[in-house]
Amino acid sequence: MVERRATLGILAHAVMIFGMLIVAFPLYLAFVASTHTSQEIVQAPMPMLPGGHFWENYIAALTGHGGGAGSNAPVGRMMWVSLVTALVIAFGKIAVSLLSAFALVYFRFPFRGLFFWAIFVTLMLPVEVRILPTYKVVSDLGMLNSYAGLTIPLIASATATFLFRQFFLTVPEELVEAARMDGAGPMRFFWDILLPLSKTSIAALFVIQFIYGWNQYLWPLLATTSEDMYPVVVGIKRMIAGGDSGNEWNIVMATAIMAMLPPAFVVIFMQRWFVKGLVDTEK
Amino acid sequence: MEKRVRFTSTWLPWVLLAPQVVIIGVFFFWPAAQAVLQSLQVQDSFGLSTEWAGLDNFKTLFGDSAYLESFKTTAIFSVLVAVLGIALSLMLAIFADRVIKGALLYKTMLIVPYAVAPAVAGVLWVFMFSPSIGVVAYGLARFFGFEWNHLLDSTHAMSLIVAAATWKQISYNFLFFLAGLQSIPKSLIEAAAIDGARPWRRFWSIQFPLLSPTTFFLLVINMVYAFFDTFAIIDATTSGGPGRDTVIMVYKVYQDGVKGGDIGSSAAQSVVLMLIVVSLTILQFRYVEKKVNY
Repeated sequence: MVERRATLGILAHAVMIFGMLIVAFPLYLAFVASTHTSQEIVQAPMPMLPGGHFWENYIAALTGHGGGAGSNAPVGRMMWVSLVTALVIAFGKIAVSLLSAFALVYFRFPFRGLFFWAIFVTLMLPVEVRILPTYKVVSDLGMLNSYAGLTIPLIASATATFLFRQFFLTVPEELVEAARMDGAGPMRFFWDILLPLSKTSIAALFVIQFIYGWNQYLWPLLATTSEDMYPVVVGIKRMIAGGDSGNEWNIVMATAIMAMLPPAFVVIFMQRWFVKGLVDTEK
Repeated sequence: MEKRVRFTSTWLPWVLLAPQVVIIGVFFFWPAAQAVLQSLQVQDSFGLSTEWAGLDNFKTLFGDSAYLESFKTTAIFSVLVAVLGIALSLMLAIFADRVIKGALLYKTMLIVPYAVAPAVAGVLWVFMFSPSIGVVAYGLARFFGFEWNHLLDSTHAMSLIVAAATWKQISYNFLFFLAGLQSIPKSLIEAAAIDGARPWRRFWSIQFPLLSPTTFFLLVINMVYAFFDTFAIIDATTSGGPGRDTVIMVYKVYQDGVKGGDIGSSAAQSVVLMLIVVSLTILQFRYVEKKVNY
């Protein structure tokens, strides 16, 4: 800070607090709504302070005992599907990309340039623009309503490959020379030297990809048709199909809170890697 | 940048590349090629016969007022989301850069929306603004006499999706602006202060120009975000309504292809979208590499 100005300091805090309140308000409201009965919420205006029905609502949501006009599938199962999907996408992407980045940086082989560009092109097109043909491929392979169908098409993009490639290029060449002199083969070098060095990049990517996987909506909407394979993000949309008065908003909001917790947890507790991951993947 | 020292093996690099190449081949290149192919064909409604149609799908598309309408909707929506999101988060980042006490708390709270799924964000916002039970809708009517109804009024519907989409993207923009501000050398600011420039002046003559690469980069990223990642927000809040007033292009691809079964038209729309993303990406690479700067 260059100079001290009391008014500016107060203004800064005021703006930050105001901004924080606006950002947090929808989340607070969702929490409050998840602790009341559905009748209390429907009477406008709904209460502004938490009520006493926290456990009933969350248990009803988890076990699927709500009585709303929309879908009443158990959220417990959906959370599990979301968790598996997000983890497979995150780890799958990281594993596949580490290997291919290693090949692209540390080997010379025919058509290397071609492969590089083929992988590069996938960065440009999100799954949304090729949604129908991808659906066709997945259904032809019999992968609808399976974890494979939910995850593998989303692993098919190269953000992570590029991040690892950039990182590998900064690893000192002396390390390869030393490894070779000590008689280490390429895979030995990969496991014992490159992988430990990449730890931070892996953590950063994990955060980004976990959130990406958890929050997917359009693809699971198409790739799943049976209720027991819905991720929670798709499930919650089906819950509000009953209309304003038909919905049990307390159950819906309990589901919303639960659907937010895992990614929010990852972002808050891995904040350092999260910020690094964001900045690195977009550069 | 190339490595001088490498390993030599005739088969290992292929094995290492295989998983990625197989996955992008089957789930990326094949579907993308299919989309291009289908955009040039016409299928009957049962998918039994397929005929070559040349550019007919595209001609029909650009003669279709509903499609041109969705172009306009997308343009308005994405510009509003990008401009509002950038302006608000820049303001927050500037003040966050000044704050020392409590900075971590502010920062943590502001990045939470990033973790919220777009569909969940949509549900939260539709709950607040629901004309019959929403708290905000109630407050607007009670204290300002303003009748909010996004189910009937298309301006209200557009405002709702813009607000929800901006809310979700503020975290992202905020983090990039904050990182950008903190990487500006303190000596520049100090020199300006010694020359008598006040904070407001310092912002416009030093910080804002130096942030221009970040701003430009975020502009492109926000446009891409508004084009694609907001599908779930729209599906959860307005479902494209009232009428088709909030149908953005991605939503129309889904409506026509999945709900309407018009494969040819949906594929042609996908191809148009691909061209748009590719040009946005190229724009970004060209300018970000050159560093828009003063």
